[in-house]
Amino acid sequence: MTTPVITVENLSKRYLLGHHSNPDIRNKDVNLRDAIVRTARNAVRRTGDVVRGRNMIQGDEIEEFWALKGVSFDVKEGEVLGIIGRNGAGKSTLLKILSRITEPTGGRVTLRGRVASLLEVGTGFHAELSGRENIFLNGAILGMTRADIKKKFDEIVAFSEVERFLDTPVKRYSSGMYVRLAFAVAAHLEPEILIVDEVLAVGDAAFQAKCMGKMSSVAQENRTVLFVSHNMGAVKTLTTRSILLESGVITANGPSETVVENYLIRTLDARAKALKAKNLESFRRGRTYENPPAKILEVNIAKPNEDADSLPEIELGSTFTIEVTLDVERPIVNGDLCVTLMNSQGDRVTSLVASDRVMGLAIQPGEKVIKLSVPDLYLAPGRYFAEVWLDPMIDGISCDAIFDYPLLSVVNSGQVTHGLTRPWGAVYSKDAKWSVTEKQAAAPAEASPRVSA
Amino acid sequence: MANVVILEHGRHERNYWSDIWRYRELFYVLAWRDVAVRYKQTIIGASWALIRPFLTMVVFTVVFSRIAKLPSDGITPYPLMVFVGTLPWTFFSTGLTDASNSLIGNSNLISKVYFPRLIVPIAAVVVAFADFVIAFAILIGMFFWYRFMPTWHVLLFPVFVVAAIAACIGPSLWITALNVKYRDFRIIVPFIVQLGLYISPVGFSSSIVPPQWRLLYSLNPIVGVIDGFRWCLLGNDSQLYLPGVALSFVVIIFFMWLGVRQFRRTEKSFADLI
Repeated sequence: MTTPVITVENLSKRYLLGHHSNPDIRNKDVNLRDAIVRTARNAVRRTGDVVRGRNMIQGDEIEEFWALKGVSFDVKEGEVLGIIGRNGAGKSTLLKILSRITEPTGGRVTLRGRVASLLEVGTGFHAELSGRENIFLNGAILGMTRADIKKKFDEIVAFSEVERFLDTPVKRYSSGMYVRLAFAVAAHLEPEILIVDEVLAVGDAAFQAKCMGKMSSVAQENRTVLFVSHNMGAVKTLTTRSILLESGVITANGPSETVVENYLIRTLDARAKALKAKNLESFRRGRTYENPPAKILEVNIAKPNEDADSLPEIELGSTFTIEVTLDVERPIVNGDLCVTLMNSQGDRVTSLVASDRVMGLAIQPGEKVIKLSVPDLYLAPGRYFAEVWLDPMIDGISCDAIFDYPLLSVVNSGQVTHGLTRPWGAVYSKDAKWSVTEKQAAAPAEASPRVSA
Repeated sequence: MANVVILEHGRHERNYWSDIWRYRELFYVLAWRDVAVRYKQTIIGASWALIRPFLTMVVFTVVFSRIAKLPSDGITPYPLMVFVGTLPWTFFSTGLTDASNSLIGNSNLISKVYFPRLIVPIAAVVVAFADFVIAFAILIGMFFWYRFMPTWHVLLFPVFVVAAIAACIGPSLWITALNVKYRDFRIIVPFIVQLGLYISPVGFSSSIVPPQWRLLYSLNPIVGVIDGFRWCLLGNDSQLYLPGVALSFVVIIFFMWLGVRQFRRTEKSFADLI
């Protein structure tokens, strides 16, 4: 098949943002007369907008914001394309246009085939309805016919593992059951083009593995999949080609491995900016609490005289301490913190979970630093990136989560002097012992002397 | 490959209406969901659909017939006349209120999946129609109570039911589309419904309106619908003022056109605005 299934040509999307020109408003330090004058002025302007059929925008200065600027790419039939980029890079806008939720401002998209999108699992679930009823409701919303759903009903139920609760309203479900049921429906869609956004970040590890399996089987059925994820490992395993979006522009397009590496290298600039602004917003993922009790302010390693522009360096074979600074607004009683380290190819090296060592972090309001020292982990030379999750988790959503944050760089400054071109892998063993002995004839097992205590 | 979809700014799809047909299952499902959920966790359930129009009828009969001493149409019992007026009015007001909030209430759907948005407010009107059908049972009971027999006029009843549905859908679509952009309409709708009850012949017969004002009065599309309902169901004692009905129908068609046009024009930006 030579014609691409999806052709995107010079696509752009503009949003209008409103600002308050007067900074006093933000400080709430304004007198009544000014407030009345401004309200009246805005009312006049808005009435004008209504008459001209324009949109109403809060604030008194309007700024254009281009979420996408001249994006072009093709997707062939049966191809699985990964879309990566930081928060606010335009990934969601692109998916929203492709799934026809919103209209582009410029450019054109040609879709050859039926599109189904999983922008969020459980879309349209109704809390009052039972699991059974929600399967039909959700299926219809995602574009399945009643006959389709009936045919696949048993499969969906088996996949979701909630047989016993089919006739219970979903509001009584645990969040895990809810997510499993929702994903089960979505996983049984059979469109020619499937758009998937971040659904793999839900449920427990076993269920995630199941989802990954389902995703790769979909890909093998020669269906076209657009896959957006912050899980670089998943992007690399599931997709062959990826595009990297940065501030609404495609900055890399090619084999997923190269694009993932490219992306991780570029996060360094974002880190420098984030450190200077003391704001990790660009590393945050879309789905976190609306009004979280605590936020992650800073992630760093404990090291003197650091500089925002370069990654903190540690020597090969030395240990490090990770410091996570939190801004706690309301007390956390049963908190948890999870730090996952990833190498520059996007492969996860290890995951460190606070609840493995301490039961339920209790944190009082204020700026708090959580220290995590890792005395038994020696990383191989290279750059390492962190994914930090702050829980308690409710409905599969965390308090806060930071992704692909450049954390440290391990350098070999003379600890290893030869064999430098070896495949380093991810970990370095400092205390590996080597010895050469004579091969001894294996003694029969029964005859071997027992060592007693 | 079969269906090619081109997405471009300001492009109207040629197959919009066939798309609606393709999404009919979603339409049934949404309507079914709203009906199923409507009376969940209530004590008396669907009886609410009976009690509301019944109590309205009792109050209106007392106020307009006993206290204000307004005349009925010929020998028709006053409660019967009021109830036949209450039926389309309750349908219209419930439909309009629910439809105008339907898009905002389903904002999670609008911002996550594509489907012709027209389905949502129309499904809300269908739910109001379900209440209408339930309340119709009371009317049949009243026919037995008053030993009342409809005449051949009843054959034309379906025409006015369709008119009632159209009268509800037109303004609903218009207001729904505007409500997404300007939330002022959320405040205006209850006001329209409240005022409409007094300027529509629900509690009284439109024959008490002075003849020279009758045509002007029929600019209110509900007037034609209620008059039609009374003429069909209550027989010869209710006179049908034809120019008025015709004018009401013209207004209904105008609102239908206005509503669909406004809705289609703003539909694509709903996800950005909601």
